Amino acid sequence: MTAAIRAEGLVKSFGRVHALNRLELTIDKGQVHGFLGPNGAGKTTTIRILLGLLRKDGGELTVLGSDPWHDAAALHRRLAYVPGEVNLWPNLTGGEVIDLLGRLRGGLDEARRAALLERFALDPTKKCRTYSKGNRQKVALVAAFASNVELYLLDEPTSGLDPLMESVFQDVVAELRDEGRTVLLSSHILAEVEALCDRVTIVRSARVVESGTLDQLRHLTRTTVAVRTAAPVSECDLGSVHDIRAEGGRLVFDVDPGELNGVLTRLLPFDVQELTCSPPTLEELFRRHYDEQVPGDVAQAKPEDVALADLVGVR
Amino acid sequence: MTRNALAGTAALTRLALRRDRVALPGWLFGLAALTASFTAMTVTGFESPQAVADDAALMAATPALRMTGLSSGGSVGSYALARGYLTLAVLAALMSVFAVVRHTRQNEETGRAELIGAAVVGRHAPLAAAVLVAVMANLALVPLVALAMVGQPVGGALVAGAAVAVVGLAFTGVGAVTVQLSPSTRAASGMAGAGLGLAFLLSGVGNMLGSVDGTGMRVISAWPVWLSPIGWGQQMRAFDRDSWWPLGLGVAALVLLLGVAALLANRRDVGRGILSERLGAARAGRGLVNPFGLAVRLQRASLVGWAVAMAAFGLLFGAISDEVVTVDDDPDGWYAQMGGTHQMSSAFRTAMLVIIGMALAAYLVQVLLRMRAEEAEGRLESVLATAVSRARWAAGHVAAAAAGSVVLVVVFAATMGVAAGDSADQVGELGVAALVHLTGPLVLGGVVVAACGLLPRWSGALAWGLLAAAVLLSPMFGPGFGAPDWALSLSPFTHVPKAPAVEVTAGPVAALVAAAVGLGAVGLVALRRRDLVLPS
Repeated sequence: MTAAIRAEGLVKSFGRVHALNRLELTIDKGQVHGFLGPNGAGKTTTIRILLGLLRKDGGELTVLGSDPWHDAAALHRRLAYVPGEVNLWPNLTGGEVIDLLGRLRGGLDEARRAALLERFALDPTKKCRTYSKGNRQKVALVAAFASNVELYLLDEPTSGLDPLMESVFQDVVAELRDEGRTVLLSSHILAEVEALCDRVTIVRSARVVESGTLDQLRHLTRTTVAVRTAAPVSECDLGSVHDIRAEGGRLVFDVDPGELNGVLTRLLPFDVQELTCSPPTLEELFRRHYDEQVPGDVAQAKPEDVALADLVGVR
Repeated sequence: MTRNALAGTAALTRLALRRDRVALPGWLFGLAALTASFTAMTVTGFESPQAVADDAALMAATPALRMTGLSSGGSVGSYALARGYLTLAVLAALMSVFAVVRHTRQNEETGRAELIGAAVVGRHAPLAAAVLVAVMANLALVPLVALAMVGQPVGGALVAGAAVAVVGLAFTGVGAVTVQLSPSTRAASGMAGAGLGLAFLLSGVGNMLGSVDGTGMRVISAWPVWLSPIGWGQQMRAFDRDSWWPLGLGVAALVLLLGVAALLANRRDVGRGILSERLGAARAGRGLVNPFGLAVRLQRASLVGWAVAMAAFGLLFGAISDEVVTVDDDPDGWYAQMGGTHQMSSAFRTAMLVIIGMALAAYLVQVLLRMRAEEAEGRLESVLATAVSRARWAAGHVAAAAAGSVVLVVVFAATMGVAAGDSADQVGELGVAALVHLTGPLVLGGVVVAACGLLPRWSGALAWGLLAAAVLLSPMFGPGFGAPDWALSLSPFTHVPKAPAVEVTAGPVAALVAAAVGLGAVGLVALRRRDLVLPS
């Protein structure tokens, strides 16, 4: 499969601040790719470089096979963008903005435009200055999704939407995925990424700390087990488990990948009456990256040298 | 209750002063500099006190000229005010309206007001703080304007300062009301601006309908002036009768309007006005199809406002041209100096076109700085993420601004020519001459584009600062300061041919256009090479 986006060793500084430090990002065509990271990690900077709005200081970058800095206008015919902070012209209506952005991109799909306005329940006759944040976001979403393009770059596109609209958004992205289009979805909403994304890249402090399919990431983290047994279990009976606690008459603990079978075997003699094993949510994956300090040596190491185990699952 | 409603006013006032630490001193010292230049022009422009008195008598005797200033005695101070007071009054009013709007509705539109409103801040505190800041600025104007009237009697100079401040105070109140009424921030300034236009007309008409008293140098105005804050300031008659009491009218108007504003404020929501926003088109029209169409749409409201003003000035200047020509035939008079010819009719026209040229420069600076606003406020990001290159986007703004300035030139020339009773050919000649005067403003337009490309964060201050410098160093004001020739030659206005009085040669026109194009090209190249400076 060919890559829609390939960034290698992307570097960007603003004065002394390193916004991106050898960032790696590969997104295959037809993929919905989650892009996660705390505020200030470099997500928006990355997307703006992908668009050619900012110039990279170093590294290699192709978007849909071309250089976004040099071929910005031609490239933008083939992609659509929803900025994180949607700023619109206060004296234009939402409908006018949707048409304008569509025309500037080279045309939009009338049927989709009408359908999307309906689905997002957006009144296109209101002046943009009277829209709430969520409604401004809907204007940008309709303008982007009404265009027939190969690649969608979405920078925290749902941060102002209510849960109903959030689910409409997920439906639309799922349809795009089924049509084989490529989506880069930067988000803070983990359920959304879990529901939509084939692969996830997690950035932190200007570099990628983790990239892979959700399954791959889960493989590296602990499973949470909640068990009720007839006979009481003590900590030493279980072997290598973590964070044992009692919750509502059940014993809850975390198990490292690979240890699960052994732990279950050791549980059997205590007469298991109820057992739930839950894979880690993305929330937990995410939190592990954010809660832990990056070890001092990581800062000097090349990103590819950083073992995942150093960053994930070590407490 | 009242106390609660004003909680936090002191803190908000300090915040507003902190935000305005550059803008307000800029306004205040700019007004003082203008006052100094009007005074200096009067001091150096006449050979004897008798010449000043003669011109004052002329201004009093000519009804049309009374539209442009109130003659009140023959002293240097009163003559300088008769020439310059309207400009100072209009600027003081704008300073006050903008300050009130900036610290009320603009905060609401940007969402800052919500952040503030959630703190221990009373309902009326933001308005109270905005009004306090505007009142303080107007109080500061009194001594600053007085000091700028170098060499004139202190008592009269202080009255002159108060006469400027009274307009600012009244329009502080007007701004406080329009921010409650208007559906948007821009409309609040627009409504107050319309009020200012009305005040201008009422004072002008009142003076025109007045009569001259026994001295021959003092106009007794008709009643409409008492409906206008500008009229109140003029009736203080600085350096003549020095009456302070019309200042009370301004203060009373401020108090009354603040009461109305407070009542209205209780009936509206944050970010909304009493007058609600109308719904608009669900689909974009045919014009909104490319960056040029977008720029035209964004500049349209400004252009319409400017066109109305140009038409009003065109009609006024045209209507008074005959009287000026027949009455003020002093070959060494002001018009002859400005026009560079002793042939009075073309000297007058040339002088008016010089003034219009400066106004056009302000228009170009205003609309071209929208490029920077689009970038800084994040709207450019969405446009450049479509198939629009930076050069094409910038070219759209430049083309729309240039086209708009040509429209303004045509509107002015047509209205002035028609009001002066010109033939079609004469109107055409006036139009061509007016286009020649557009070359100076184009250079300042180039400066804006260059600044937006090279120094985006400083482009606003740089563009307005250089415009002010270019105006002050122009042939109209520079010599009054005693500015040396090399300094005058830095202003593009110095190099604009004095059409129609003087035969236009291709050289200066080509050089000015080349400078404008060169500066614009530098800006475009810089814009293509740099990172966008977007909100984070």
